[in-house]
Amino acid sequence: MSNKEWPLWEVFIRSKQGLNHKHVGSLRAADAEMAVSNARDVYTRRSEGVSIWVVESSHVHASHPTDADALFEPAHSKVYRHPTFYDVPEGIEHM
Amino acid sequence: MDNALFEYLVRLGDDSLILGHRLSEWCGHGPILEEDIAMTNIALDLVGQTTSILKYAGEVEGKGRTEDDLAFLRYEREYRNTLLVEQPNGDFGVTMMRQFLFDAFRKPLFEQLVNSSDAQIAAIAAKSLKETKYHFKHSAEWVIRLGDGTEESHERVQNALNDLWRYTDEMFFTDEVDRDLESRGITFSMEDLKNTWQETVKSVLDQATLEIPTNGWQHDGGRKGLHSEHLGYILAELQYMQRAYPGMEW
Repeated sequence: MSNKEWPLWEVFIRSKQGLNHKHVGSLRAADAEMAVSNARDVYTRRSEGVSIWVVESSHVHASHPTDADALFEPAHSKVYRHPTFYDVPEGIEHM
Repeated sequence: MDNALFEYLVRLGDDSLILGHRLSEWCGHGPILEEDIAMTNIALDLVGQTTSILKYAGEVEGKGRTEDDLAFLRYEREYRNTLLVEQPNGDFGVTMMRQFLFDAFRKPLFEQLVNSSDAQIAAIAAKSLKETKYHFKHSAEWVIRLGDGTEESHERVQNALNDLWRYTDEMFFTDEVDRDLESRGITFSMEDLKNTWQETVKSVLDQATLEIPTNGWQHDGGRKGLHSEHLGYILAELQYMQRAYPGMEW
């Protein structure tokens, strides 16, 4: 008997209200079909979703935590990038 | 009281009840976490179906028995489930094969019953069909994976098929109850059902590279209340609390 583990999959669920699929967790499955089935059983038991995406975890490429200062800190000092410096003319609703 | 309808509902409900209980025995023992949850989900679906079916059976009977009274307080010979669903879980392959043989019967049955002239049965069937479609997909995929898998998984699941085959014919058991209900448009042709079942089973088992046993001997008895030795143990566990503490709730 083989002790090789099944690959890990990342699971994304779109809720009824949401437009985007959100990462909800991960699971193990032998292939994509089983991953969708397992995701259904593990992550949608309480009506959390209307659509499932699964991606094999090894296909996800991530930024490295040690690069965080170079990648993200420069943006902290650039508050002018937020659209909070505009005066909204009177009479414009839903802003 | 409509005896035939009551009897039919008890047969339908007891299949769900006993298989649901059997599957629940896997809780915490599944081969992987995801499958453990999948099997308990299916067990809960089946117990949920039991609740609606036996509740209606109690109403038809008209003696004030609730679904709980029927599920927990009957004696062995009053249970009408097929022998197939009371068979032990065995290994995961046995459980999936038992489930597949049953789901392949249950799915077309509910597909028939959504057109029942009895509105309550039609409604229960419509709700249960959605669940059963998934049960079937799940068990059929596993049968194919295991059958067309490693040498060991193939052998185990083929043995499971050989052992369980003798209980399959009983699902299509037909007596005056069925003839009466069919004449009233409440149920439909058991023969059609059997043909559909045979086609489905053959197609999935072919994909799974499994061979249908040629041994023709078939058991029956469950529909008449004559069970294998396993049901008594199931009922002992299922009924213990209500027998020891009558009327208890939590």
